[in-house]
Amino acid sequence: MHALVGENGAGKSTLMKILYGMQRPDEGTIALHGEEVELHSPADAIARRVGMVHQHFMLADYLTVLENIVLGAERLHGIGARARARVREISEAYGLGVRPDALVEDLGVADRQRVEILKVLYRGARVLILDEPTAVLAPQEVDALFDNLRELTAEGLTVIFISHKLGEVLSVADDITVIRRGTTVASVEPSRTTAKRLAELMVGSELPSPQTCQSTVTDVELLRVADLRLSVVDADGVSRPVLDDIDLTIRKGEVLGIAGVEGNGQAELVEAIMGMRDPDGGTITLDVRDISHAPTRARREGGIGYIPEDRHRHALLLEAPLWENRILGHVTEAPNSRGWLLDPKAARRDTERIVAEYDVRTPGIEVTAASLSGGNQQKLIVGREMSHLPKLLIAAHPTRGVDVGAQAQIWDQIRAARGEGLAVLLISADLDELIGLSDTLRVMYRGRLVADADPASITPEELGSAMTGAASGHLEHPTDGPGEGR
Amino acid sequence: MKKFDKERVLLAIAAPALALVAAFTVTALVLLATGKEPLNAFGVMFEYGSKADSQVYILNKATTYYLAGLAVAIGFRMNLFNIGVDGQYRLSAFIAAAAGGAMNLPGLVQIPLIILVAMLVGAMWASITGLLKVYRGVSEVISTIMLNSLATALISYLLVDGRLGVLDSDTNIVSTEPLPESSHFFTIPTCGDLDPIWGFLVVAVLAGCAFWFVLGRTRFGFDLRSVGRSEPAAQASGVGVKRMIVTSMVLSGAMAGLVGMPTVLNDTHQFTADFPLGVGFTGIAVALLGRNHPVGIALGALLWGFLERGANRLEFEGYDKEIVGVMQGVIVLCVVIAYELVRRFGIKRQQQRVGAELAQQAVNLTRREVAQ
Repeated sequence: MHALVGENGAGKSTLMKILYGMQRPDEGTIALHGEEVELHSPADAIARRVGMVHQHFMLADYLTVLENIVLGAERLHGIGARARARVREISEAYGLGVRPDALVEDLGVADRQRVEILKVLYRGARVLILDEPTAVLAPQEVDALFDNLRELTAEGLTVIFISHKLGEVLSVADDITVIRRGTTVASVEPSRTTAKRLAELMVGSELPSPQTCQSTVTDVELLRVADLRLSVVDADGVSRPVLDDIDLTIRKGEVLGIAGVEGNGQAELVEAIMGMRDPDGGTITLDVRDISHAPTRARREGGIGYIPEDRHRHALLLEAPLWENRILGHVTEAPNSRGWLLDPKAARRDTERIVAEYDVRTPGIEVTAASLSGGNQQKLIVGREMSHLPKLLIAAHPTRGVDVGAQAQIWDQIRAARGEGLAVLLISADLDELIGLSDTLRVMYRGRLVADADPASITPEELGSAMTGAASGHLEHPTDGPGEGR
Repeated sequence: MKKFDKERVLLAIAAPALALVAAFTVTALVLLATGKEPLNAFGVMFEYGSKADSQVYILNKATTYYLAGLAVAIGFRMNLFNIGVDGQYRLSAFIAAAAGGAMNLPGLVQIPLIILVAMLVGAMWASITGLLKVYRGVSEVISTIMLNSLATALISYLLVDGRLGVLDSDTNIVSTEPLPESSHFFTIPTCGDLDPIWGFLVVAVLAGCAFWFVLGRTRFGFDLRSVGRSEPAAQASGVGVKRMIVTSMVLSGAMAGLVGMPTVLNDTHQFTADFPLGVGFTGIAVALLGRNHPVGIALGALLWGFLERGANRLEFEGYDKEIVGVMQGVIVLCVVIAYELVRRFGIKRQQQRVGAELAQQAVNLTRREVAQ
């Protein structure tokens, strides 16, 4: 199992695309199974038993698992009983636990990922490339994934995976390659290095270690959510509560972190506060103003900054140039418009400023958002939201899929703004991030806030048990036997 | 960044040019297959199409097509497929002509009034689609197609002697009451004894400018375009998507209301049963061809006028005039394919360039570090 680590834009994905035949190298050679090859297309790669699981899954929602796996590979085992038998066989051989007749639509992220892996194995891959496979998974799911991958390597397959999470890289990889700015800077064995050393190799300088900052919490309430309820009607017509009596208060200068396994209502909570979903009951008060049913734009103008969970879906116009993306969400505010008219000149100028101040690596502001790497897109989004001096920042997974350098930068920006009285609602799957940034922690489980904790004394493990519903109430750090740090 | 811009312009021109070449090639093959000589046919079309009287004809036709193209493009810019421009313009031309015939006011008052009535009717007819989509989730494609048929039925119901129509006893044709002399729109005289150019051309140009300005330079236009590019992102950014759907349908319908006006105010001065049909569909082709850009749509409209003019002549030369229909169809298909290909190529190329430039920057940086 070989891990590839590096900053965003370091060239990891490009390298993998070349290995998978999606891009042609200018120079150099690739040897597969000891033989030099030239890959012109993914089909070439598949024929040479190389398979890739992309970061963004490529599955058809309305087809079953079996249909998805067979799609495009009908010639191998047909589409009937033989194919089904083969899928079962692979699934059992590697402990993937895939149900061939489930609709992909109904599957969770972790199950979808296993389908993707099976899809690649079905095509006979002996070399598996996984692009940031753990970015979308909860901690328990990550462990399950690595168990699956170990099964594969035990059978003699080769796994190459890209990751930002150095802890997991160190624990599972047999070999680590660090690349920076398009070149290999180091090949190391996990037993002979540390997470800190790896991170320094990635960014090329010494890291600012995450320090515990002084509390900046004031006693001025900024956001108060009271008795918030929201139900959704699912495909079968059954109404199901996704938010159940949510009560929370964020004060100026406070970071409130919400922990929870994804899908327990965090996304809905964010969307209710942003006005993208209309709550069935309860009130949301921002700075003494009742905004429970106000339109999204009024909330944004009222001082809410928003870093959405899915930046491609909710924060960017991928095919629009960067400066138009800088306007998005703040079209009614200076410098983007004057009265009813846009002010493209000022918006462009301000985009240049954001690019410089937030270190967005781009050749210019006329390129489309799609041509930037994920981390640079995120830096642009953070820069945009911070530029309007929000009173409240809603940050959903602000550093997901972002490299160590950019991560530290984003954390610093949030901390600095907090010092000036910004209130932050932080939602994250990264427990270290939650514990490191938050002043107060709440745990969300099945649409309810079931537990709270003091980030100064809690460990990821204790938080994890509350996330699965095993613990509730105020989580106290047990005095006997300190928890193992991650 | 200059380089990118130059390349973008080049790509923008490459697509329609490619499509036209491909379309002419396919048409030539069709002609050959039917045993006709293709080059001669094209020669006839170009020669005839560039004559002075043809130019006037093309400009007048293009005025109508341009407005239809704009109406469709408003929808396209926000990812709405308004197939209903056809019904919208016919119904509004009919009601506006009937209203104009019933009034006798000074032209300065009556002409704007007629235009206003047409835009209002178009807007209302289109708003049905918008409301259905927002409140009942009905696809705009389905509802506009249905509303086209309803418009046809409504017109034939009302265009009857004694309702909104009058029977001309000499020709036995039912039409709306002819507009009074005062409501005839001005024309631009041309040299010699050629037909004049319709004054509505000026209105069309103004409409094009308004389209460009509203979409490209106003907050509203930005909101509309962001919904078209990504609905979830627009919603998260604070655009009221539902409201925007209704608003843009209303705007598209109002623009469609203008489509029949050149004919009513400059040409026939009344609405008869043989009022031009299917211009809404031409508008779709023209908007596709012009890439929803006001200048592009103008070029598309002119091309369409030119092809139709050529078609009339081909018949005299022993060709089937349907060949022009084939050509138009092939052009639209080629254009759609060419744009998509060029778009994908453009995105890929830009990503590569961004990568290359960043790598170059990085190399320079590393060199400097090493030098230090």
